[in-house]
Amino acid sequence: MTEAYIYDALRTPRGKGRKDGSLHEVTSLRLSALTMNAIKERNNLEGHAVEDVIWGNVTQVMEQGGCLARSAVLASDLDESIPGLSINRFCASGMEAVNLAANQVRGGAGDGYIAGGVEMMGRVAMGSDGAAIAVDPSIAIDGYFVPQGISADIIATEYGFSRDQADALAMESQRRAAQAWEEGRFDKSVISVKDQNGLTILDRDEYMRPGTDMQSLGSLNPAFQMMGEQMPGFDKIAMLKYPHLEKINHIHHAGNSSGIVDGAAAVLIGNKEFGEKHGLKPRARIKATAKIGLDPTIMLTGPVPVTQKIMADNGMAISDFDLFEVNEAFASVVLRFQQAFDVDPELVNVNGGSIAMGHPLGATGAIIIGTLLDELERQDKETGLATLCIASGMGAATIIERV
Amino acid sequence: MAEFTLSKDADGVATITWDVPGKTMNVMSFTGLEELNACIDDALADDAVKGIVVTSGKEGSFAGGMDLNLLAVMKEQAGDDPAKGLFEGTMQMHALLRKIERAGMDKKTNKGGKPIASALPGTAAGIGLELPLATHRIFASENPKAKYGLPEILVGIFPGAGGTTRLARKLGAMGASPLLLEGKMLDAKKAKGAGLVDEVVADPVAAAREWVLNAKDADIVKPWDAKGYKIPGGAPYSPAGFPTFVGAAAMVHGKTQGAFPAAKALLSAVYEGLLVDFDNALKIEARWFTSVLMNPSSGAMIRSLFLNKEALEKGAVRPKDVPDQRVKKLGVLGAGMMGAGIALVSAQAGMDVVLIDRDQAAADKGKAYTEAYLDKGMKRGKVTQDKKDAMLGRITATPDLEQLKGCDLIIEAVFEDPAVKADMTKKVEAIIPEDCIFASNTSTLPITDLAKASVRPDQFIGIHFFSPVEKMLLVEIIKGKETGDRAVAKALDYVRQIRKTPIVVNDARFFYCNRCIIPYGNEATRMITEGVAPVLIDNAARQLGFPVGPVQLGDETSIDLGVRIMKATKAAMGNAYPASEADDLIVWMEEEGRLGRKANAGYFDYDEKGKRIGYWKGIHDKYPLADEQPDLIEVQERLMFAQVLEAVRALEEGVIEDIREADVGAILAWGFAPWSGGPLSWLDIIGAPYAAERCDQLTEKYGERFTCPPLLREMAEKGQTFYGRFNPDAKAA
Repeated sequence: MTEAYIYDALRTPRGKGRKDGSLHEVTSLRLSALTMNAIKERNNLEGHAVEDVIWGNVTQVMEQGGCLARSAVLASDLDESIPGLSINRFCASGMEAVNLAANQVRGGAGDGYIAGGVEMMGRVAMGSDGAAIAVDPSIAIDGYFVPQGISADIIATEYGFSRDQADALAMESQRRAAQAWEEGRFDKSVISVKDQNGLTILDRDEYMRPGTDMQSLGSLNPAFQMMGEQMPGFDKIAMLKYPHLEKINHIHHAGNSSGIVDGAAAVLIGNKEFGEKHGLKPRARIKATAKIGLDPTIMLTGPVPVTQKIMADNGMAISDFDLFEVNEAFASVVLRFQQAFDVDPELVNVNGGSIAMGHPLGATGAIIIGTLLDELERQDKETGLATLCIASGMGAATIIERV
Repeated sequence: MAEFTLSKDADGVATITWDVPGKTMNVMSFTGLEELNACIDDALADDAVKGIVVTSGKEGSFAGGMDLNLLAVMKEQAGDDPAKGLFEGTMQMHALLRKIERAGMDKKTNKGGKPIASALPGTAAGIGLELPLATHRIFASENPKAKYGLPEILVGIFPGAGGTTRLARKLGAMGASPLLLEGKMLDAKKAKGAGLVDEVVADPVAAAREWVLNAKDADIVKPWDAKGYKIPGGAPYSPAGFPTFVGAAAMVHGKTQGAFPAAKALLSAVYEGLLVDFDNALKIEARWFTSVLMNPSSGAMIRSLFLNKEALEKGAVRPKDVPDQRVKKLGVLGAGMMGAGIALVSAQAGMDVVLIDRDQAAADKGKAYTEAYLDKGMKRGKVTQDKKDAMLGRITATPDLEQLKGCDLIIEAVFEDPAVKADMTKKVEAIIPEDCIFASNTSTLPITDLAKASVRPDQFIGIHFFSPVEKMLLVEIIKGKETGDRAVAKALDYVRQIRKTPIVVNDARFFYCNRCIIPYGNEATRMITEGVAPVLIDNAARQLGFPVGPVQLGDETSIDLGVRIMKATKAAMGNAYPASEADDLIVWMEEEGRLGRKANAGYFDYDEKGKRIGYWKGIHDKYPLADEQPDLIEVQERLMFAQVLEAVRALEEGVIEDIREADVGAILAWGFAPWSGGPLSWLDIIGAPYAAERCDQLTEKYGERFTCPPLLREMAEKGQTFYGRFNPDAKAA
């Protein structure tokens, strides 16, 4: 079978997803085009160089609607003969873009692809695209819908994670992210966002709070207790679904959940011939991809079953992986992954994660694949697993192997 | 005689009067719908008619709603395809009401229609309000007794004649939800505030006439038929509406514990309806309405909670030939919690009450209960000083038995000790008139045994109240072996006076209700001894629609009461008593001082204010949690079968003579899964063959108490249902 390789991976810095965020003035279109341009320039992609641009994006309305992928290709320096495909698998959209692209290459449908994603969470509000699962009684009631924060707290309750454990993980994410930036570990992958005059708008992740300690985290109020216990009372629904639970332990807050940010990322994927044609050296092989559905109420435990699946499909064991990226959507998601596979926390999210740097929904999946690859190279290790939990009860994973 | 009549006057006002012959309140029938249709067609076609007033010929009311028996008829008449019949029948109703709403106006210009107003002399419920909601203006009378609302949800359906769609569009999801989901009936003022009626006036017919004669084209166009209509509070996918609908789905789910299909269907009709135009919304409402009617739960709920409950209240099982036995002067023996409550509800119903206890202070304390109750009512503005004085004036608290002279009913509520009761019976019978009926409020002692102390056992009966008396809706009447018809009639007429629902059962240990409740509690306790998590047991019950779980119920009724009942039963049954670990558990709890809520320690821990703070983990020192917890369904079926098999046995043994009483009683006395229609209705829903099979499995796994009763086995073999076999004549929805 044809192999799919990663030739390049880059991302924009992540801006705070609100009015005072540096990227708030930049459109989704511009940030996407700028990211595509960077891939084009770094890899000399002239003409119909790639088969398609697969672009992950969750909230596909307003400026992110109308197949942003195609609009962005046209707004970029890429050739107009390259089409564009917007996809949505919630938080794993960016990963799914990479996986789809890799599998197209492996299946022989074209030599090269750009895959990635964008989310301008400060400009297009999360949830503003509507969602039947939250409001249509046929699914909201029958499917025991609760918002993600409640699901994260259910995980903490069911698997016994304390507020202190979650806060400690958050503090460590901040520490690692700060150290990674200090040591320049992101230098080759983070592009700077510039305006039409070449002036820099942002060149560094700005969501981080490097000084975070247990005391500052301890002072934050649980974010989902009110909606759980009072209006509209989601805890009741959690306990309908899990009648063995007496109450929900609300441990998550703004400091141990992923940050709301703006950002984009792209990965260049191709077969061997693609690299040869463009004079590029493959950095890693995409060894395997997987996705899975699961109980939508606890919702966010996806990294566990999808990792089990990808290992079973490929005859691998957890010890076969040198490093892991598990998206820090909420602290309990990572804690659960570490608990389920008994992996050394030192090997998971080595350079921090979404708690420290933010989680631009449609882009994150592509970001963590790039971060994983950078770190494998830095440590000169072989094999890595990236995985994310996904809204509505799904999970996705990608295995990369350096070549 | 017609149900709807049309009259026209010289001013050009056509008045359609709804007046169903032989009924005190109008209900909608097929004939009614046809006649209303004809009246509307006539008035709309007549050029001389300028406006139409719809009103009622009944004093103080417009209409009580749909004749619920009709729903069953609609289903039956549809032959092989009942859903089709129900859907088409509902759509016909929509067509009629939509015709009224559009009133002949031009589709595009919304001009040329005839104003139609409703004049409501009083109460309007169900379709009795859905019809007015289709007219252009609703005038309600100032009648203080009148109530307005859409209570369908309370019998397991939802407003299916456009009420759901119209209210959602008129008030928005937030405004309509409490009216639709809680079925609240409001007085005129509140109904106006909520948007159910438009105006409250002294003379609704005059006001309606005036209005239809002066209404302009624009006045009769409903907002949703006009250009630029916006849903109040926002459409489901608007920034304002979205969180409302997220919350609505969650609240309905949490509140109903997923146990009431009608609430979910209602919300679906609202949500899906608000995404499309009005006529498609009506079609959507009709489809969901049909699905609810097709669900066996709605039929069972209508049957038990509406038709049969009403039949029992109206004396369905009362001995026919006995003349009116209404109580004038009641003697209550024992002014404890039960006696005090009985005095309260009886004085409230206008009876003179003599409340007896051993000394004046004890008797006064019993009367003070009524005073405290009235003071609370006054604080809420529901009770006037006059009413308070009058009610307290009717209660004579005294230790003097001589005051019982002239009583026509005695209810004894003294200590649960046969000797004490026998002594009181003898002393009191020596004083009261010869024709006075003597009733005992015992909850555990056989009436036939107590009657032995009476010189007139045919006038001796059980009237078993539930606690708290003023809140609980059911009264269980127990016939001893020698109890005569007049005593039964007396008890029934009395229960009717205090506006509660009676069931009449024959004498046996624990009668009917406690006979079912006790094994339910025991099953829960057994599970705890097996290591099942108490929270799982309570949640399992709540998800079946029980208001509180059995473990929590144990704390509410107190552990020591459980121990007392267990010991008394053991003593009475001797070797036949089926001892179990469950008994050891409650005895141990009692020894540990964990007596329940009253001790601030039981199956739960409580804070100083008596608020539950969580299940008591100490119980697992003695009964460790099992590593593997059972499936929810397994726990639920154990809890259900523990109750329903007792109901079947009570029927087999003749304790229950009329199956309606078993079902209505169970729902009202201990909150048995209301959506099921009661224990026997539940067995009909799951089917006797499945029930018998489950009995065998449960018996093998858990013991003899789940043995399939021969009656149920026979029904399984013959493919029978309880309502098919025992109640062939009663109309069931």
